[in-house]
Amino acid sequence: MATIVEWIAIVLALAGAIFCAISAFGLIRLPDVYLRSHAATKSAALGVLFVLLGAFIYFWVVDGDINAKLLLAIVFVFLTSPVAGHLNGRAAYRSGVKLWGGSVRDDFKKVLENGGKSTPDAVQEAEPPKRP
Amino acid sequence: MPKGSDIFLQNVSKIVVFIILAFALYLFFTGHVSPGGGFIAGLTSAGALLLLALAFDIDTVRKVLPVDFKLVMALGLLIALCTGTGAFFFGEPFLKHAFGYFHLPLLGKTELHTALIFDLGVYLAVVGVTMTILITIGEDS
Repeated sequence: MATIVEWIAIVLALAGAIFCAISAFGLIRLPDVYLRSHAATKSAALGVLFVLLGAFIYFWVVDGDINAKLLLAIVFVFLTSPVAGHLNGRAAYRSGVKLWGGSVRDDFKKVLENGGKSTPDAVQEAEPPKRP
Repeated sequence: MPKGSDIFLQNVSKIVVFIILAFALYLFFTGHVSPGGGFIAGLTSAGALLLLALAFDIDTVRKVLPVDFKLVMALGLLIALCTGTGAFFFGEPFLKHAFGYFHLPLLGKTELHTALIFDLGVYLAVVGVTMTILITIGEDS
């Protein structure tokens, strides 16, 4: 029984490490800051979650110790990593970092040119329901 | 930056601040038997308040915690000093600590140690110093 769960922990930790490695490759290979942020945020967060889950399961089965700190860390990373990526990308865009040359669509530029408000067609799409 | 454009950061900080403060409380009380203690708990609490100040602004932190952090610093030092001098009343040397086992209603047999009160002083002093530095530097003049 314990051996099977140990193997689950091993596979989880290995999968997390592989996800982190893929994230690092993405940081090197991708062309601009937004694509790199995409690689670094999602893949690294998932990798860290897998490693923490593997550690949690391992200590649970081997030591019989339910470590709430690891669960809290999983929730914490899951909450904060996407927000950090979002802030990073937005700060880069607002300070004028160019998009990659192969990008085909830039909706946020239109919004910014319009003075921080949504463009008219976007407003039509997302019109709030009228209150009686 | 237009107001209200920080909606992701603000809403997530509202949740995350409570996680950080709970973890700081855990670090404070577990300092006797595992890594933790007053210093790191104070820094963690100040980090939570700093996150609140980054997501909103310093006035929000002042509204959430309407205390003068210089007084918090002084109170912490006073508590630490009183814990040290309290040993004189029992004919013991300065900073001599004592502990005992008590039966608390919900927790059962608990070891209560006067070092925890000293740690509370350290905690308050660290929170006060860190928040004073951050507010003084970050304030718009």
